[in-house]
Amino acid sequence: MSKDVIIKVENLCKLYGKNKAEATELMKRGADKDTVYKKTGVTVALWDVSFEVERGKIFVIIGLSGSGKSTLIRCLNLLTKPTSGKIYFEGEDIQKFSKQQILNYRRNKISMVFQNFGLMSHRNVLNNVAYGLEVKNVPRQLRENKAREMIALVGLDGWEEQAISNLSGGMKQRVGLARALASDPDVLLMDEPFSALDPLVRREMQFELLSIQSKLEKTIIFITHDINEAFKLGDTVAIMRDGKIIQIDTPERMSARPADDYVREFIESADKTQILTAKHVMIRPKCLVKPKDMPSQAIREMGANDVSTAYVVDDKMKFLGVITIDDAILARDKNLPMPSLIKTDVYTCHEDTILSEILSIAAESKYPLAVLDSQGKLKGIISKAAVLSSL
Amino acid sequence: MKDYLLKFPDAWQFDVNDVIDNGIKAFSRNHREFFNIIKKGVVFSIHGIKDFLSFIPWWLFILIIVLIGCRVSRKKHVGILYGAMLFFIGSAGLWDHMLQTLSIIIASVVLSVLLGFPIGILLALKKDAERIVRPILDLMQTMPTFVYLIPAVMLFGVGITPALMATTIYAIVPMIRLTSHGIDQVDKEVLEAATAFGSTTLQTLVKVQIPQALPTIMTGVNQTIMMAMSMVVTCAIIGAEGLGMEILVATNRTEMGKALMPGISIVFIAVILDRITQGLVGDRERMPNE
Ligand SMILES: Nc1ncnc2c1ncn2[C@@H]1O[C@H](COP(=O)(O)OP(=O)(O)OP(=O)(O)O)[C@@H](O)[C@H]1O
Ligand SMILES: [Mg+2]
Repeated sequence: MSKDVIIKVENLCKLYGKNKAEATELMKRGADKDTVYKKTGVTVALWDVSFEVERGKIFVIIGLSGSGKSTLIRCLNLLTKPTSGKIYFEGEDIQKFSKQQILNYRRNKISMVFQNFGLMSHRNVLNNVAYGLEVKNVPRQLRENKAREMIALVGLDGWEEQAISNLSGGMKQRVGLARALASDPDVLLMDEPFSALDPLVRREMQFELLSIQSKLEKTIIFITHDINEAFKLGDTVAIMRDGKIIQIDTPERMSARPADDYVREFIESADKTQILTAKHVMIRPKCLVKPKDMPSQAIREMGANDVSTAYVVDDKMKFLGVITIDDAILARDKNLPMPSLIKTDVYTCHEDTILSEILSIAAESKYPLAVLDSQGKLKGIISKAAVLSSL
Repeated sequence: MKDYLLKFPDAWQFDVNDVIDNGIKAFSRNHREFFNIIKKGVVFSIHGIKDFLSFIPWWLFILIIVLIGCRVSRKKHVGILYGAMLFFIGSAGLWDHMLQTLSIIIASVVLSVLLGFPIGILLALKKDAERIVRPILDLMQTMPTFVYLIPAVMLFGVGITPALMATTIYAIVPMIRLTSHGIDQVDKEVLEAATAFGSTTLQTLVKVQIPQALPTIMTGVNQTIMMAMSMVVTCAIIGAEGLGMEILVATNRTEMGKALMPGISIVFIAVILDRITQGLVGDRERMPNE
């Protein structure tokens, strides 16, 4: 079976600056980006980029900052005009489109999700999602129905009338995603859509994206500078450097046979960066007591917070152990000093411990794990459920 | 020492006064019809506004301001304070003068907004236009008002017409500036999103840029009103009736007591207009939906 190619890019170049002809000459003779910039003042954002994207697949572009990822993705919906080269959408040269054709292309075929969401603060969630339909004059009732459907799809039902400023980062990007899906495009362009989110929300969104993709089977072109994200999401991964594509491959083949050291370094960084550590999943302990506190006070604290263990710290937040509510009651009734009843056999871990290592400890521990920094100060606690659910 | 080193030589001084005066006079004579039409239009509109304001009974007028005051400030006593201020103006015997002043202010603010808003948008969208217009705006704001009061009087005679012209020239500047600034300020990514979803230039302007800039534009309206207020006495010099005229007359007779009441009235009106328009800006920011 032949491949169903939806987007095809051939020899795409984008130069920023005046002296393009000279810069092109230099690049053709094999000069690198920095040399060209020093000699001509021209920035080579893209140089001779070619690739194909298959329908229904996720194509991930990865590279360091300044490698030309945004420039490339912006060329695909003509937010940026290429200097030279061809872009075909379903076989049609999009640079030959008339103004009206470009509008129709953007309204119906290709849409975009932005790193900082690009939401309109003067519109509520519903009207943001309906924006794409509004500009193509879909009647109000119809576009609102469609928008509601998309809002439900990204899990935001009930938030339709909210102002954008009332949403968290993750929710904002859900709105961005719903907006991009509302016009039922064939292709979604996503420029580092999850980079502004914290790691946990980010994983949630990746999962969400995959599940939406399995339902809707959109073609997605996704930019990231995180190789974990790239390998997790991508059917195909293209790795960029200084405006050029170094390697295009499936994640498996890329990790098995990196094209050069640049790619290898990226892949090696995979297991170090963005791996979740204790500090990403820990929560603040609800109940803290000091050794010199009265037992009755500790009991009241635990009661008020609805927990059966309190974490004991000294004045400098150094972790000493835990005290259970039973022991505290014992101390009160028998008039024992609190320090004698502190349990010190509590599992602790450093805040930078990787989650997979915590898993085995967490399974054995009776109480939520205490997370400490290098000075032994209590930073937070982790329940077994938190570890398991985030893996 | 040579004489011409000590004192700027007479021979090098030029005198354009007559040329300019005669030029304007001739211009005004040749286009008398045209200026008469403008004058009639202005007088008609301002009198219309004044008649409308006079048509509202004083107590209803105060009541409306109290209600608006309560609404925008969300505090009852603020509305009542505004009402008391108006009551004071009435009891100082200045109600009618206040309406006269208000009608010129309203006319010039409306004119400033109608002209300043599109000019501001044009400046934001066309950077070439901005390079030409910006120095003109600086000029309009820094040139002492009297300099263009004189040609206005030469063209239109004394009265409310040149007063309106002068007030508008002075007050339109913040409207243009802040409209343009507001549109410039709109987040680049939001604009890019609008484009990426297939908005035409006009759709982007109407659905994104103007609504996003609205708080800034409203600040422009507020400043325009304040600038217009500050022209009240100046306008009296060229014969515009109202509170300014009362102050001017009292000043000429050095009657402090007589100048004080209209002075306080102007302050009161300025405070009320300022707070109400600022309240509207705040409202916008608090309720971003529709
Ligand atoms: N409008 C512009 N004018 C001049 N140079 C530009 C412009 N836009 C991008 N560039 C340059 O083009 C190169 C590629 O930029 P691009 O934004 O595509 O990188 P990126 O891979 O998206 O980086 P990041 O990860 O930081 O978003 C950079 O060197 C940048 O400085
Ligand atoms: Mg980028």
